[in-house]
Amino acid sequence: MPPMPEAAAPAAPPEDSPRTVLQVVGLRRTYGSVQAVDDVSFRLAEGGSLGIVGESGSGKTTTARIVVGLERADAGRVLVHGQDRTRAQRGRAARLARAREVQMVFQDPFLSLDPRTTVGAVLRETLRLHFPDGDHPRRIAELLEQVGLGSREAGALPRQLSGGQRQRVAIARALAVEPSVLVLDEAVAALDVSVQAQILNLLSDIREQTGIGYLFITHDLGVVRCVTDQVIVMRHGAIVEAGATAEVLARPQHPYTRLLLDSVPRPGWDPRGIAAARRAL
Amino acid sequence: MTTPSKTAPKTAPKTLDIQAFRLHLPGAVRPVLTGVDLFVDAGETVALVGESGSGKSLTSRSVLGLLPPGAGTEGTVRVNGEDVLTMTPEQLRGLRTGTASMIFQDPRAAINPLRRIGDFLTESLRLNTRTDRAAATARATEMLDAVGLTAKVLRQYPGQLSGGMLQRVMIAAALMGDPALILADEPTTALDVTTQAEVVALLADLRERFGTGLLFVTHDLGLAAAISDRVYVMYAGRIAETGPAEALFGRPLHPYTAALLDSTPRLDAPQGRLAAIEGRPPSLRDEVPGCPFAARCPLATFLCSQQAPALLPVVGEPTRRTACHHSDQLREMSTDATHA
Repeated sequence: MPPMPEAAAPAAPPEDSPRTVLQVVGLRRTYGSVQAVDDVSFRLAEGGSLGIVGESGSGKTTTARIVVGLERADAGRVLVHGQDRTRAQRGRAARLARAREVQMVFQDPFLSLDPRTTVGAVLRETLRLHFPDGDHPRRIAELLEQVGLGSREAGALPRQLSGGQRQRVAIARALAVEPSVLVLDEAVAALDVSVQAQILNLLSDIREQTGIGYLFITHDLGVVRCVTDQVIVMRHGAIVEAGATAEVLARPQHPYTRLLLDSVPRPGWDPRGIAAARRAL
Repeated sequence: MTTPSKTAPKTAPKTLDIQAFRLHLPGAVRPVLTGVDLFVDAGETVALVGESGSGKSLTSRSVLGLLPPGAGTEGTVRVNGEDVLTMTPEQLRGLRTGTASMIFQDPRAAINPLRRIGDFLTESLRLNTRTDRAAATARATEMLDAVGLTAKVLRQYPGQLSGGMLQRVMIAAALMGDPALILADEPTTALDVTTQAEVVALLADLRERFGTGLLFVTHDLGLAAAISDRVYVMYAGRIAETGPAEALFGRPLHPYTAALLDSTPRLDAPQGRLAAIEGRPPSLRDEVPGCPFAARCPLATFLCSQQAPALLPVVGEPTRRTACHHSDQLREMSTDATHA
């Protein structure tokens, strides 16, 4: 595979950097005439957190879905610990092993939880599938505690929980298989500010405790600043800028990144200037 | 239009004037809205901020008389001096066609996908004011032009437009009856950030051009601070605090406002853990005798759990009001911080 000229910069970490857990090389995906993902490459360090920022249609969600395996790439590779996971897997054991590498948390926890299954049963089902011989009651209690839920919630159905609690359940289910990478697709976007802060803090605690890597898909630059250490900015399917989060947010190089930053409302905000800059770009 | 008080002092009604508004729902232990006092002057942009369940959407919908089934109300909700709560269905129709209109969060859910944009825009005028088709279409073309769209859109279907364009159509529709008041309920939440800027710029232009009062309902504190003259912060069906945007966000005088600001991931705040507000708002099944925020409040005392604080003017700042027994402490903290 030929090297990618534009995306090569973030893919070369300094020598003393931690090992790479997830590497994406030259990902492409077209839908009809639309180039949804156009030559996307990046790497995620072990225990690191990488943000993918972009607006609707930027290809950030398609990229995430390819990494998880919900979508097939036309070209390119997704490697976890150096192992290619883009090829079709044969057999139950291989599929389960692949599921243990990467897990995903979606935006709307209500749609990703079965309305008729209690919280405890959701976790038990996942554990039974992946670890048939484990001590499930102990592990369920452990997972619930890790995401800040009690035994009272274990018996609850999704509709009896608040949005924040449901998102905690979705996180617990993803953590149950002890994945190396957690893909969070707008996982806090639907939550109220005060609840969102609780979940963001929870996510940084979990990363500290477990050394799990995050791929954090979001449109919110404040959130990116809060939970990621590396970031890539996507537009029309391609990466326009990549680097350390603090650096990219403080000194954006690409005009599109600048436009995104200027678009964040704050006192003294100039929506007319942004509208003009957007049309010019 | 912008200086009604000069021509007729005290008698000129405010564009929107809500007083001591209370709303009960069947099955709820406590009222969903209590003691809501809120006004919007002509040409003013006012933000109503709160989290889900705070009652902000319920308040804005009440202005159009869109009450939930079985709701009981007290107090008054006046638009241009006329009480919406006592209007007949016919008067309400007149209000919604002319004086006040609403822009909803999701334009795709608010526009019939099977009808052309032209039909959608002119329907209300033609049915309710007996304007003929040609005149209504001319008006629609004019309003589309005001929001930066061409008459070509009239022949198109909602599915052929992007989210940002469709929200412009919604705004054009809201302008059709030349309203004195526009209620915008999270009008940019479903849009991308750069599109949001465009829609907000448009609303600001229209306000200058037509002198329309705007009540902007949002959960986004940054957006509220950026666009509004004055802000109301709601919590659990009550107004927690109100005042000019800059003062309110610069020196909040209600612990809930302060906590909300601290828990928002911002670009200009110090990095690190967010100061999350633990717990959640009281449920409608719980009786709340005292301050609804007491259970989550760092300043709460016994008094707070017993007696709900009234929304009182702030000493020395006549434009600000806060509902907190301990706002003095917050004032001292903020003055200490500015002197330090």
